Amino acid sequence: MNWRAIWTIYRSEMARTFRTLVQSLVAPIISTSLYFVVFGTAIGSRIETVEGIDYGAFIVPGLIMLTVLMQSISNASFGIYFPKFIGTIYEVLSAPVSFLEVVIGYVGAAATKSLMIGLVIYVTANLFVTLPVKHPFAALGFLVLTCVSFALFGFIIGIWAKNFEQLQLVPLLVINPLVFLGGAFYSISMLPPVWQTITLFNPVVYLISGFRWSFFGTADVGVGLSLAAIGVFTGACLLAIWWIFRTGWRIRS
Amino acid sequence: MAAIVSVENLRKVYDSGFEALKGVDLEIREGEILALLGPNGAGKTTLISTICGITRPTSGRVTVAGHDVVTDYRASRRLIGLVPQEITLEPFTKVMVAARFTRGLFGKAPDDAYIERLLRQLSLWDKREAMTKELSGGMKRRVLIAKALAHQPRILFLDEPTAGVDVDLRKSMWEVVEALRADGVTIILTTHYIEEAEAIADRIAVINGGRILLVEEKDRLMRRMGRKELTIELQCPIDAIPETLAAFELVRGEDGQTLTYSYDRAAERTGIVTLLSALSEAGLVLRDLQTRQNSLEDIFVGLVREEA
Repeated sequence: MNWRAIWTIYRSEMARTFRTLVQSLVAPIISTSLYFVVFGTAIGSRIETVEGIDYGAFIVPGLIMLTVLMQSISNASFGIYFPKFIGTIYEVLSAPVSFLEVVIGYVGAAATKSLMIGLVIYVTANLFVTLPVKHPFAALGFLVLTCVSFALFGFIIGIWAKNFEQLQLVPLLVINPLVFLGGAFYSISMLPPVWQTITLFNPVVYLISGFRWSFFGTADVGVGLSLAAIGVFTGACLLAIWWIFRTGWRIRS
Repeated sequence: MAAIVSVENLRKVYDSGFEALKGVDLEIREGEILALLGPNGAGKTTLISTICGITRPTSGRVTVAGHDVVTDYRASRRLIGLVPQEITLEPFTKVMVAARFTRGLFGKAPDDAYIERLLRQLSLWDKREAMTKELSGGMKRRVLIAKALAHQPRILFLDEPTAGVDVDLRKSMWEVVEALRADGVTIILTTHYIEEAEAIADRIAVINGGRILLVEEKDRLMRRMGRKELTIELQCPIDAIPETLAAFELVRGEDGQTLTYSYDRAAERTGIVTLLSALSEAGLVLRDLQTRQNSLEDIFVGLVREEA
């Protein structure tokens, strides 16, 4: 393993993050606060509780997941797309590094950034509602796993994308609906039976459900199933990335 | 001298079906400066990219100091530094940071003293804290060289290092190359500026249409293929070349005032003495004489045209 190369990529990517730290953090804080004002206060005051949990608190895990998912994808996809776009990727391609090292460097940095944002949102949420975390280690585990797996997914999008439009396309067309229909703002038991079944094909449901369980101890689907779903998703992303580097798809001619 | 890079029957067919390299054989000797000469689209960049690991070979084999560039890529790439043709730099990165990055990427322990020496040598030390986007084109190119040398490679590839660079900078670039050679670094440069190859290379390889047309010592190549021209300026213009001079195959200048005679400098008899006496017999009075060595450019154009 070329650990020094991994560390070099990671540090360089993190430096880019810290150069734009204010933008990176302020945007999620503002949007989280807006969600609280709209859903937590305006609408939430009429809903009161979902499954015995105060609605304002109920939406927090989903809200964190929503931002973390989006951030992981956009950080990682931009992180690898940018050197491809400006041409500096030649350096990584001609360096004595394996695909695994490149992925750990880029994805590690993207996941770190979204993890930081996730924690910031958690702290911000505490200003609006009281938020006990029943299983803190499980919560952290779910959060880290989500950051990593969706950063992997973002990395794939970054390699696949041929222009900036495509870079925006997947998050906008696929991830956004999946997150909104993934139970971020409601319990899936509130849906009609048919939609409950359909929802079970949405991988995001398992993430949010598992994450919510670690806060409140209740879940839409079993925790084991949630973990398995993230595991499968991570595995699929790793497999895709392994294939990309083996064939040089869209990066090495 | 032993070969440090060895290319055997290398073929590269791109996905589009374009065959960029059609069975290239090339040995690059340790410590030399090899100029890879060829017109646009000849396969220069593809050849370099394959040796550096950016492009995958379709068939054939490339080894760097005995390490196969595909199966043993870590060992081979560690020895190589690459300066790409296009100026590609992260715009918001500082010069010093950019050099450190490459060094780390190649797995070398940080050594700021070395980076400082390198930046000073390339006249970049004053700009070490500047962001690369603030630099002039020539400086950016030197940053690329600094990055390529940051991990102390034994082989340096310069892909058209002086394209679009002014004369002063080109000269200073050549000095850098000379200094590197003195340090024992093997240098391969692609160029279509013949004067560049002529000025600094030890050996010249000419590539066109994906094939190496020749590889030869520069001096020998110039001697072997270099013809000389003798230009004779006459006192009075003439309308036609006299019959008695037909054997010399002279070329009359447009104004009728000059005659050009080409000859092989390496030949036993150049025929100059005979020509001069024949001229005076024909009653032509000379005003001035001038000889000119054929440049590599002429050789190169001749070769490429022959190929076509």
